[in-house]
This record gives sequence, structure tokens and C-alpha cells, in this order.
Amino acid sequence: MRRVVVTGLGMVSPLANGVDETWSRLIEGQSGAGQITQFDASDYPCRIACEVPLGDGSNGTFNADDWMAPKDQRRVDTFIVFGMAAAMQAIRDAGWEEPGEEELLRTGVMIGAGIGGLKWISESSILLHERGHRRISPHFIAGSIINLVSGNVSIKYGFKGPNHAAVTACSTGAHSIGDAARLIMLDDADVMVAGGAEASICAIGMAGFAQAKALSTKYNDTPEAASRPWDKGHDGFVMGEGAGIVVLEELEHAKKRGAKIYAEIVGYGMSGDGYHVTAPAPDGNGGYRSMQAALKRAGLNPEDLDYINAHGTSTPVGDPIEFGAVKRLLGDAASKVAMSSTKSSIGHLLGAAGAVEAIFCIKSIETGVIAPTLNLHERAEGCDGIDLVPLVAQERKVKAALSNSFGFGGTNASLVVREYNGD
Amino acid sequence: MSDIADKVKKIVVEHLGVDEDKVTENASFIDDLGADSLDTVELVMAFEEEFGIEIPDDAAEKIQTVKDAIDFISANS
Repeated sequence: MRRVVVTGLGMVSPLANGVDETWSRLIEGQSGAGQITQFDASDYPCRIACEVPLGDGSNGTFNADDWMAPKDQRRVDTFIVFGMAAAMQAIRDAGWEEPGEEELLRTGVMIGAGIGGLKWISESSILLHERGHRRISPHFIAGSIINLVSGNVSIKYGFKGPNHAAVTACSTGAHSIGDAARLIMLDDADVMVAGGAEASICAIGMAGFAQAKALSTKYNDTPEAASRPWDKGHDGFVMGEGAGIVVLEELEHAKKRGAKIYAEIVGYGMSGDGYHVTAPAPDGNGGYRSMQAALKRAGLNPEDLDYINAHGTSTPVGDPIEFGAVKRLLGDAASKVAMSSTKSSIGHLLGAAGAVEAIFCIKSIETGVIAPTLNLHERAEGCDGIDLVPLVAQERKVKAALSNSFGFGGTNASLVVREYNGD
Repeated sequence: MSDIADKVKKIVVEHLGVDEDKVTENASFIDDLGADSLDTVELVMAFEEEFGIEIPDDAAEKIQTVKDAIDFISANS
């Protein structure tokens, strides 16, 4: 089977625009949470979120004009703007902005989203109701549907290989990277731009998740304390937004052109819970089987893992179930593996989460630092026996890392990335 | 007339992201100003909003240039 490595990284996150800016703030223990500014949430049960910091582009702020002309921004929902920006960063990082004609045919895109253009769909519905069908933008459909990050990236660069988009709720980012890697393994492409994007911090999005009783509601006055995976005080997730994109490349292809190789995608596992639309199965077997399949594919044993970036959303139902599944997977190796949830810092980026968190695993491999689980002061019941990297980052050599993503519908995906040492 | 022409040109500049000096009266939205079929629908919507008129689909199809737009709006507003 052809081997797949990561040669480019891009990110727009609630901590900052850019991978390195985000990473340095993440390992400093900064939080991206604050009061919601994008709409009036004053009478909502959850009034906080992790919003992308907007600005002139300096000091880690995100300036959409740096990535898309204003006229093009008006034609797409925000998730596409985030996705385009992160993709452009990753492609630039990989040095793949202007490949040759033959290479363009062998370069594909697989960038998904969990929900897509929810905000624009919602606004257009109101417009339709109030002013009729003739006021709906001709760009509305193509600017709202999920595969249009992939579409726009392909159009911008002329990438003419597979053009695809996964939609698997909060597992989207992980599925996108895993499936894109498989397309390269199966020789459908040599290079894939893969990941996820999301921008659902809008009235209808926050209302929907609040009604599903999934969001944190106890920390509206202390937003930075709200996302607290495995802590006794956890009471729901904090919504995030942004995008994470990687450039995946066939190993020999990358070596031949002298590309910087960040890590190798060695494992990918998937499973379904077959249990409930929003709640994970109590036995954690779905997550367990997903991780187990990823390890098997990687040809690794549990003790070969140094770090797990957990799904860890900070919900009282989900946190201990995943913890139990990881403990079962690791067995005796539980004492030597570190696990953290970076959602404690950036919130839950839904369809982008798995991609952003895979990038954090890659940064841990690159830098030898593991990002902390913020706000973890007192462990919830059933969450003992694994180092959860509470409050402060740890220096630790990471050779292999696993990232978990679990989504509504009971869809689970796990990725294993390993350092590439030239073999 | 000149007021309408100025407003039309301003809308075209904003929506198509083109330089003001390219928006001459004879400029074709598609051939000269880089618009596609979706852009022309958006332009017609913007004209309707700005001038408080309705431009039926059969009339909209005939609005190909800046001058076409100015003439239609002058005759119907």
C-alpha cells in the first residue's frame, strides 16, 4: 500500500488565524471562549462561544479580506471563508500553489463540514418569508452547501483530482483526512487537500444545540471556565468555529520534490454506535472499536502511543464514556500515555474539530509538547488512571498520537499519526 | 438621468469588484466586466432594490450592458 504523509498545515481557530499562532497560544493555556458577539444571545441559555478573533490580520486576528475579495465573501457562508483561508495556508505551507498540469490532475480536495451554511440558510429563510422568492441570492445554494469549500479550493488552484466532501457531524474532519489518505493509498490521487470547516455560531445553531441540551449553561459569566473536559463541573460543550486543513501526499512524491514532511498518517479507524442520534452508547464500544481499528491499521500496539487528543467535549455523558473506552484500549499502557482535550481551549469546532485536533497531534510530534486540558481541577467520577495533562502543557517526546472524533448519529473516527523518521 | 447612471455604475463597481473607469455605458457585464450568469441575476436584484422597481425575467435577460440597465430603469422608475 502507498504511504501517506502530511506536508502542509493550515488553520483558522478561535485562538488565532494560523497554525503556529494558534499552537503557541494553545500551549500557553489560553482560552478562546468569550461572550457571543455574532448575534444577541442575551436570552439564550448558553451565551458564550469560542469565536474566531476578527481584526486587521495582525497579531493573530483573522481578516477575511486577506483571503478572499470582498465581492466573493458576500457570495459564500462564513464556513467557506474559513475553509478557503485554512486551505490556502496549507497549500502555501506545502509549496503546492502552482504544480504542473499533470500534477493538477493528480491533486484532489476533500474538505467537509458538519452543518455547512446554517447562518445563510437561516437568514435566507427569513428573507423568503418576509420579501418573497425574488430576493434570494443567486449565490445562496452554491454558497451554503457543504462541498463548496472543496469546490472553491479546486477552482482557485485548478486541482482536478477527486473532489469530495464528508458530512459526518463532529467526525467530519477526521473522516476527511482518513478518507483522503485512503484515496492516495489507492492511487486515485498523489496529493489531497483535506480537512473541515465550520461556522455555526448563529442564532438558530445555538438554539438547536441548546434545545438538544448539549451546551454548557453554567458558565455564562465566566466563559473561559466553561469548557472543562473530565472535570466534575463539566456541563456541556462550548461551541467553536474555524477550519483545519492539511495537505496529504504520497510519501515518494513528497520525498522526490523535497517537501517538508510533518508526519505520516498511519492509522484510520471507523465505527458506528448503532444506538442514539445524539448520545454515545454507554458502553463506549463504538469509540473503542474505532480506536482499535486505527491502531490495527497502523500496526501499532497501545503502548506505542504517546499521546491521545480526545474527543473530550466537556459533557457529563460523553466524557466518562470516552475515558472508559480509552482505558479499555490502553490496558496496562494507560499509565504511560498522556491524553488531553484541546476543546478545553478552543471549544468544539464540530466538522472542523477532527482536522484541527489532528494538526495539534502533528504539532506535538513536531515540537515535543502536549497541549493541556484547561479547567481540569477535580476529576469527574470514573475518570482516573490516565494523565489528562491538566492546566499546563507538558514536554514529552511524541512518536505516535491518536485523535478521536465522535459525531451525532453515532459516527466514530480515529486517526493515528506517527513521526516520519526517513524510513 | 445622470443620477440613475451614477447609481447604476456604483452598483456595478460594488457587485462585480471592477475598477470604476471600466464601467463605461457600453460595457457588457459578461463580456467586458467578467460577470457570470449568477452575477447578472444579482445585479438585477440590486437594481430592483436601489430603484424600488421590479424587473421581470424577460426584461432582465435583455439587460446586457450598463446602458441597457440605465435605459430600462429610466423608462420604468
